[in-house]
Amino acid sequence: MSVAPVEIERTQWDTSSLDETSPDIPWVTIVHNDPVNLMSYVEYVFQSYFGYSKDKAKKLMLDVHHKGRASVSIGTREEMERDVQAMHGYGLWATLQHDK
Amino acid sequence: MAGLFKPARHGGAALTLDPVEASILRSLAVQMLELLGPEDEPAEDEDPLARLFAEGPSKAPDDPALARLFPDAYGEGEDAAEFSSEFRRFTENDLRTRKRNDALALVRGIDEAGTDRKGRTELKLDKDDCGRWLGALNDLRLTLGTRLEVSDDPEEAEHLYRLPEDDPRKPLMMAYLWLGGLQETLIEVVTR
Repeated sequence: MSVAPVEIERTQWDTSSLDETSPDIPWVTIVHNDPVNLMSYVEYVFQSYFGYSKDKAKKLMLDVHHKGRASVSIGTREEMERDVQAMHGYGLWATLQHDK
Repeated sequence: MAGLFKPARHGGAALTLDPVEASILRSLAVQMLELLGPEDEPAEDEDPLARLFAEGPSKAPDDPALARLFPDAYGEGEDAAEFSSEFRRFTENDLRTRKRNDALALVRGIDEAGTDRKGRTELKLDKDDCGRWLGALNDLRLTLGTRLEVSDDPEEAEHLYRLPEDDPRKPLMMAYLWLGGLQETLIEVVTR
């Protein structure tokens, strides 16, 4: 089946049509508690990398500490892979998964 | 061991180490470089662009300390193993290089600072150095922590803090605690 090149180009860059046909379940970045990382360091990473306020960074850090894990960002799989890669760069234990 | 970070006069961080501290810290950083392994050197006639696209390992390292430094990115879901493997192939080499550079920053910083008349090493870190030192200190603590099997259990923690002098883990534990103090004070300086 042949399609005019102009139509192909439009479809490629027209993301609204993509959303209709392939709803993307968001992915989340989870930071896991570990016995080594300092609470101050985890808080520093959340402020530094994500740009979260001191209060939000502290709250997330305490969630990691007390609950064992916390969801720190949400987005596409590609975006979450980038965040997980950054977390590993800082030495935090992080994974990505579908949001539940 | 008491060398701890203080704010430096014109921004950045300052650290004074006595000869023993400098020697221990340098030695730990060198051991980290050995653990991380050498940078892959290109073969003589190898296309330099090929190296840029070279893929990394597919599975997590066997060594528990390395496995902690390079963890799987996907923990759950039926495709976790496959996705983790793919993520690792594309990212581990870069991560390893970063950690190597952070450890090198420690070694070079100590070597370039030299010693004063009393044998002390006076270090002055700028903002970029602080980031590298934070990374290197954290990697060292993760490695020592894994070797010492540090856990969140309060009883086990107590036991580790009170190791008898002849316990072979004692020097590692002392280093681990000192590195924690170094990292904590460096964080205080950079977040002032």
